[in-house]
Amino acid sequence: MPRYATHVLEPLDRGGALAARLRHVIQLEGVNKHYPRSNRPSVEDVNVFIDKGEFVFFIGPTGAGKSTIIKLLLREEVPDKGTITVGDMDVTKLRRWKVPAYRRSIGCVFQDFRLLPNRTAAENVAFALEVIGKPRSVARRVVPEVLELVGLGGKEHRYPHELSGGEQQRVAVARAFVNRPLLLLADEPTGNLDPDTSIEIMRLLDRISRTGTTIVMVTHDSNIVNQMRRRVIEIENGQIVRDQARGVYG
Amino acid sequence: MRAKYVMSEVFLGLWRNISMTVAMIITMAVSLTMLGAGLLLYNQVDVIERYYQTNLEVVIYLDREITEEVTDQIHSDLRSNQYVAEVEFESKEKAWERFQETFSESEELIASVNSEVLPAAFRIKLKDIDNAPLLIEEYAGRDGVYQATNQREILDDVFNILGGAQKLTLIVALVQGVAALMLVANTIQVAAYSRRREVAIMKLVGAPNWFVQAPFVMEAVFAGIIGAIFAFGTLIAAKVFVIDGQFSNLFSLMPPVEWNSVILLLPILAGIAAVISAVTAWITLRFNIKV
Repeated sequence: MPRYATHVLEPLDRGGALAARLRHVIQLEGVNKHYPRSNRPSVEDVNVFIDKGEFVFFIGPTGAGKSTIIKLLLREEVPDKGTITVGDMDVTKLRRWKVPAYRRSIGCVFQDFRLLPNRTAAENVAFALEVIGKPRSVARRVVPEVLELVGLGGKEHRYPHELSGGEQQRVAVARAFVNRPLLLLADEPTGNLDPDTSIEIMRLLDRISRTGTTIVMVTHDSNIVNQMRRRVIEIENGQIVRDQARGVYG
Repeated sequence: MRAKYVMSEVFLGLWRNISMTVAMIITMAVSLTMLGAGLLLYNQVDVIERYYQTNLEVVIYLDREITEEVTDQIHSDLRSNQYVAEVEFESKEKAWERFQETFSESEELIASVNSEVLPAAFRIKLKDIDNAPLLIEEYAGRDGVYQATNQREILDDVFNILGGAQKLTLIVALVQGVAALMLVANTIQVAAYSRRREVAIMKLVGAPNWFVQAPFVMEAVFAGIIGAIFAFGTLIAAKVFVIDGQFSNLFSLMPPVEWNSVILLLPILAGIAAVISAVTAWITLRFNIKV
């Protein structure tokens, strides 16, 4: 039975709605997104509720619409229909100038790491603090801590090209986590890594999840999904076809 | 900290794309020089007009065989005329003196002219020079009057030339200005492309929009202000070497182009360049960097 159904059946009293709102970090209700003039994957009538601290895998074939959901959550795209709520913010009604502030509550990790090549590991992480106006003293205190947390103690001053793929991804995770986001989005974070390194990254994400951070991860990696045994949402042709509490890949 | 980051990004951006930066500054400088010259001409026409407004005269030349009686009659009529502020009689002898004075550098011309040829005249200052045609109409056909002339008409030719020059400079300024703005737009696009990684990451971690856009806008503003400084230098050089130097005789008939109005151009040109570049950059960014 799909997990969201229970919430739909909840009584419509205000207290109940408020409680639901507080419990869910992410709510997607009746979300539609079509790209009329391109063959980018669209999504249709997506209803997902994700609780605080949950670890959720989005799986499905290429072009099913997984990345579109990430884009919608990041507010790079706006849905044609439906509402998206993250934390206490209605993302669909968010004004343009408020988008940057919204994104600060989200951390992001990608397949291609997206590090600045001319900055060291520590500088890459500090950059995330710098551009949102945190004073340098904060960066000096927080950056070594978070690099230690992701297991890169002692490699702060290495440049991305001096680090292995797994280490680069750790830097990216550190950068995503340094602002202690409510939500961490990971778009195929192990896509470029070998199986052993992938497992290390997953252990890291698991640890972050245990701090109460909600993690949404898009992946093709069946091994990882099967090992982790977390909630799995499967998408096909833009629609949710499975939503399983302790699911496996296929 | 953030200001330092923005500034280092600005210079890095300009340096990375140095040929485009130079092209942008040169076009901007040419456009602004023309704009500055146009503004100076505009101001100069005004200055000349005001200068002559108080100095322009209507001159009524008298017949050579005029009797003293008729002369006196005209003189008293002029003095009681409603348009006239001041009348000065210039006798043949005085006219000859003045002629000698005016052409003192060409003795041959003076030698070839008979001192008797020059007519006596009334030099008349009007309360309002715009009424000159009315006065001329009144006196042109009168007995004893040889010719009534209005200096304003001569001046109109000068104004026409200045007006034409002004239009030309403004057209060149506009065309060059459009070219300069296209270069600004192009430079910004190139800069945005070469910094797309940084921009993508900045947006991802929630850097405010102004912070993402600041380095690009500052790049354009910086180039605009450098262009304005070059334009200002060119105008100073034009004032020193052309107006006050080589062609000083040509400009001796008019009041000089004043230093004050030239210097005032620096803040005006810099301001215009900065604002227009910033707006162009900002609009370009709206199309190139989506939130």
